[in-house]
Amino acid sequence: MTSALDVAVARHIGDFDLDVAFTVDKGISVLFGPSGAGKTLTLSLIAGLLRPDVGTIAINGAIVTDCARRLYVSTQRRRVGMVFQDGLLLPHRSVLDNVALAVRQVGGRRARRDVARTWLERVGAEELAQRRPVSLSGGQRQRVALARGLAGEPALVLLDEPLSALDTKVRRELRTLIREVIISSGVPAVLVTHDAEEADELGDVVIDYDDGRVTGQHAVARPSYPEPPLENPAGTEPS
Amino acid sequence: MIALIPHSWLNAFAIPPWIWNPLSISLRAALEATVVVTVAGVALGYLLAKGRFPGRGAIETVFSLPMALPPTVVGYYLLTRLGGPGPIRDAEVHLFGHPLTFTFAGIVVAQIVESFPYCMRFSRAAIAGVDPRFEQAARAMGLSRWRIALFVTLPLARRGVIAGIAMAFGRAMGDFGATMIISGSAPMATTMPIALYNAVFYGSHEQAMVLALVQVGVALTILLGVGRLGRVRPW
Repeated sequence: MTSALDVAVARHIGDFDLDVAFTVDKGISVLFGPSGAGKTLTLSLIAGLLRPDVGTIAINGAIVTDCARRLYVSTQRRRVGMVFQDGLLLPHRSVLDNVALAVRQVGGRRARRDVARTWLERVGAEELAQRRPVSLSGGQRQRVALARGLAGEPALVLLDEPLSALDTKVRRELRTLIREVIISSGVPAVLVTHDAEEADELGDVVIDYDDGRVTGQHAVARPSYPEPPLENPAGTEPS
Repeated sequence: MIALIPHSWLNAFAIPPWIWNPLSISLRAALEATVVVTVAGVALGYLLAKGRFPGRGAIETVFSLPMALPPTVVGYYLLTRLGGPGPIRDAEVHLFGHPLTFTFAGIVVAQIVESFPYCMRFSRAAIAGVDPRFEQAARAMGLSRWRIALFVTLPLARRGVIAGIAMAFGRAMGDFGATMIISGSAPMATTMPIALYNAVFYGSHEQAMVLALVQVGVALTILLGVGRLGRVRPW
């Protein structure tokens, strides 16, 4: 069976050396380790925001980075969704338009907005649709960012410390939401955190990072996955 | 457009021709120059902020030169290049039927050259100041470079870009040296600063005072307009 993600890369930046290899299947895989271990750098390499010095990356079996062949598929064509630590919602667009901008499987403004509205409902943020990001709380922002990360029907979603800027109560709420939404969407996810509790609560697999290396990997005992929904939330055919 | 406003309207507002004529020429020339400068200046500012190509610094320096030069020097070079014998003058005659010196079009060219650096530099600084992570997020959303520029970078940089356009318009409206040399103070090319100079030169101090006040009013309107535009929701 094809893995959702195969990574075997090395990258040298300043005094830091990253040299990692791992494989990700369905569910949520957590890159866990202290700050400066190379977790976020790994996400940037997977997304194609940076290039490794050597190595290969494959998403759903398709090579998107192969340094030996000088093959670098652009970020836009990798079909990855991203959720950033501080959301990075565009401040000049409404919440709905932020999510709609990420919708790529349908054309037309109205159709994209319909898909966006469905995703906002799924993350419990439908009442925020017309609000501006500046008026949202941290938790609301991350709900919207999650909807935006998934709205484009990505092959893989990458979450870079999505809860680290939130208080404890909101973090707990959002952990449950993130897990439910990602698992029910059927989109494999790679999540970065330095919080051990978060890693165990969110992850199906935890990949330990330290000083630019993978130092271990363990599966978290979970009940079996629910099947992904038969229809995608927008009721549209995947492209 | 301004030139098409019927004279009866001017009479209704009791604006005398010695104000309206130079004001309409100044506004029309500055608007035409600003349209050209906005398109070219924002585009070059974007390239300089985002591009990674050799000679960026040299390009920015050359296009910024009119900011550092006395406007009379710019006017002198324009007069000799546009009006003196050579391929540029031949091209003007071929395209327009006459050289651009001492014409309205010549003023517009002078104001483009004078105001271009303001729009380009303000735009470059504003675009370079946009947090690149927003653009990275947009790339991850699958947006093409064009859509990132249009929907992410320029809206986020809009305050600086609008300020640059306004500065360019103000510079074009206020240019004296280059405009004076290229127009030769011909009647159909007498802008507000030249009309003010003429009024002072010929001792019409009351007219000079009114012309100066009108220009203060235009400048205040621009600054207030920029303040409001910066708060407008972009596309």
